Amino acid sequence: MLKTLIHCWHIIRQLSGDNAYDQYLKHHNEFHISSIDTPPALSRKDFFKLYQDSQWQGVKRCC
Amino acid sequence: MHKTLKLIIWLAVGLLGTFALSTIALNRGESINALWLITAAVCIYAIAYRFYAAWIAAKVLLIDETRATPAERLDNGRDYMPTNKWIVFGHHFAAIAGPGPLVGPTLAAQFGYLPGTLWILIGAVLGGAVQDMVTLFFSTRRDGRSLGQMARDEIGVIGGTAALIGTFLIMIILIAVLGLVVVNAMKHSPWATSTVAATIPIAMLIGIYMRNIRPGRVLEASAIGVVLLLLSVLAGGWIDHNATLRVFFDHDGLPLAYAIIVYGFAAAVLPVWLLLAPRDYLSTYMKLGTIILLAVAIVILRPDIHMPAITQFTDGTGPIFGGKLFPFVFITIACGAISGFHALIASGTTPKLLANERDIRMIGYGAMLLESFVAIMAMIAATVLEPGVFFAINSPAGVVGKEAIDAVAKINSWGYAVTVEQMNQLAKDMGESSLFARTGGAPSLAVGMASIFGSAFGKHLLALWYHFAIMFEAIFILTTLDAGTRVGRFMLQDMLGNFNKKLGETSYLPSVIFTSAIVVGGWGYFLYIGVIDPNGGVNILWPLFGIANQMLAAIALCVATGILVKSGKLKYAWVTGLPLAWLVTITTTAAYQKIFSEDIRVGFFAAANDLSAKLAAGVLPADKAAVAPQLIFNQQLDAYLTLFFVVMLWIVMMDMLLVCSRHLSGKPVLISSEVPHTETQLDDNWVRD
Repeated sequence: MLKTLIHCWHIIRQLSGDNAYDQYLKHHNEFHISSIDTPPALSRKDFFKLYQDSQWQGVKRCC
Repeated sequence: MHKTLKLIIWLAVGLLGTFALSTIALNRGESINALWLITAAVCIYAIAYRFYAAWIAAKVLLIDETRATPAERLDNGRDYMPTNKWIVFGHHFAAIAGPGPLVGPTLAAQFGYLPGTLWILIGAVLGGAVQDMVTLFFSTRRDGRSLGQMARDEIGVIGGTAALIGTFLIMIILIAVLGLVVVNAMKHSPWATSTVAATIPIAMLIGIYMRNIRPGRVLEASAIGVVLLLLSVLAGGWIDHNATLRVFFDHDGLPLAYAIIVYGFAAAVLPVWLLLAPRDYLSTYMKLGTIILLAVAIVILRPDIHMPAITQFTDGTGPIFGGKLFPFVFITIACGAISGFHALIASGTTPKLLANERDIRMIGYGAMLLESFVAIMAMIAATVLEPGVFFAINSPAGVVGKEAIDAVAKINSWGYAVTVEQMNQLAKDMGESSLFARTGGAPSLAVGMASIFGSAFGKHLLALWYHFAIMFEAIFILTTLDAGTRVGRFMLQDMLGNFNKKLGETSYLPSVIFTSAIVVGGWGYFLYIGVIDPNGGVNILWPLFGIANQMLAAIALCVATGILVKSGKLKYAWVTGLPLAWLVTITTTAAYQKIFSEDIRVGFFAAANDLSAKLAAGVLPADKAAVAPQLIFNQQLDAYLTLFFVVMLWIVMMDMLLVCSRHLSGKPVLISSEVPHTETQLDDNWVRD
């Protein structure tokens, strides 16, 4: 029961973009940590600015 | 044993569906329960999804589970990102389902519940869902390229350019007609106007919260926003009862239209985070929540449908819009049956998130079925109203007369009972001053929803439910308006960038202001004309939008059919070719009638000539004569626009047929732009957690 609830919560967070920053950090650590000249990860605030701008490039809402 | 059980279950679903469908199709005279529509819809969707969509996936498209998707190959943690299929489904559905499936069925209900319902079901299963699914598939195989790019790569420059220009024009007309729907919902309604106005500062507050106060905490901010929105509905009621405050929000159509135009310009120029993004979060939650609530209420309440199966207006004399059942029911209901706009979402955005090709059926086909279901619910909400009430709300003053007594007499003469007292009582219950001639579909949908919610959850709150429904429609209509204006601006900047580099920069302020002004001016013009038109404007703009939207769908199906033939699947080309042939038939017929019909309620030129003659003869009343020159010009403009749409469609189709015949006769054609096969490396369990 608790497991299902946690799972639902996880889905809601992902759907809404609530955990976008956590995902970005995960991606950043996985893909960029090995090379030497990796730029440091963005702060939550800076990431969210970029994230929102990129979310609204192109057709995102329809009739 | 297991197999037999499955067979029995599917046979039962098939039988139940057939029974439900024949009940709604063969019923005459008696009222029928809305549950039959729901049952027929669910059974048809289930069978289509299980068999037809699965067959298309396995035999026509040859879905390959071992193939790496663009999301995996080009993963950048932002727009390309392998994502759980339910999440992608949610994003895709939220993107495709806008106000269209709510407005179209409401207007088409003038033909009775049957024609629209059948078209929503058949159109979605054989047309709309197929279009969305194959477009999603072909775009996924091409790194998530847009429809316009695919048209250019696979058919040629002409197809690509047509898709681009078509998209831009549809956007302009769509925004105008949606703006008109909101204006008509707010006209002389202080409650609705103040509630809709309040959504703007609420969205900005949430934007600032997400940006500066608690960056990135989307859910927290949205929860606050939803509570504030609900409070704004209550506050609207309080303002409505306050004699000093209500005058600030009690306006004619024209000032409201200007307000929307100014708002649209501001929304296109202001940064995304301040208005557009937070408004979108709120509207998405409202949309999903209200649709689920409506479905639950319909199932609990099982309301009877009062509209006849077929009305006398199939002959083309309908008050809401002129034109016969064929082709206009297929033009009026675009979203919910087949919508070309979806091809823009299914190419470009969604394919960049797909973790595996096997999710294409559920996301492409499944999400469209869900939208179709929303359209069925809108049809139910419109047809549970007494037909007399439905026509009183939706018939423009230009058709039934300005005075309540005239309108009622006219509607009674059609054989639909309604009285002035009944309409006054209804308006009072809903907290409105009048419900006569509230065209556009939003008020009648809100009355329908309020009566369903009211019966299911308490009648004393009717006025609250009504304004909640208006707020719910307005908030995501305004989201589409914001987003559409911005997309139009980007497209225009992209095109102008070919001539002047500086104008193409999306962050160059003079260019932003210039292009936004052009886009807003474009839809603002049609909105303005719609508001001053005594026939309501919706009757002109909605068919135009329908034709444009079906044209875009036809272009998407052209691209898909061309790719199928080029990849040696001629024997399956009917899967997209059949809906394409149907769309070409209905859009061409509709366009022909809109241009050449002698009926002044159908033909644009006929209406323009009629008005010119009346103006010249001096028989128009002063207020009509004042706006007549603008209306005449607009009717002519609309005729040329329609001609442009249909010519473009035929050019793309001829181009596609040429490519197909060259390929079949062994001549060289543009080579397929499909990206070669790469084996997927994704850990299956990781992504589908």
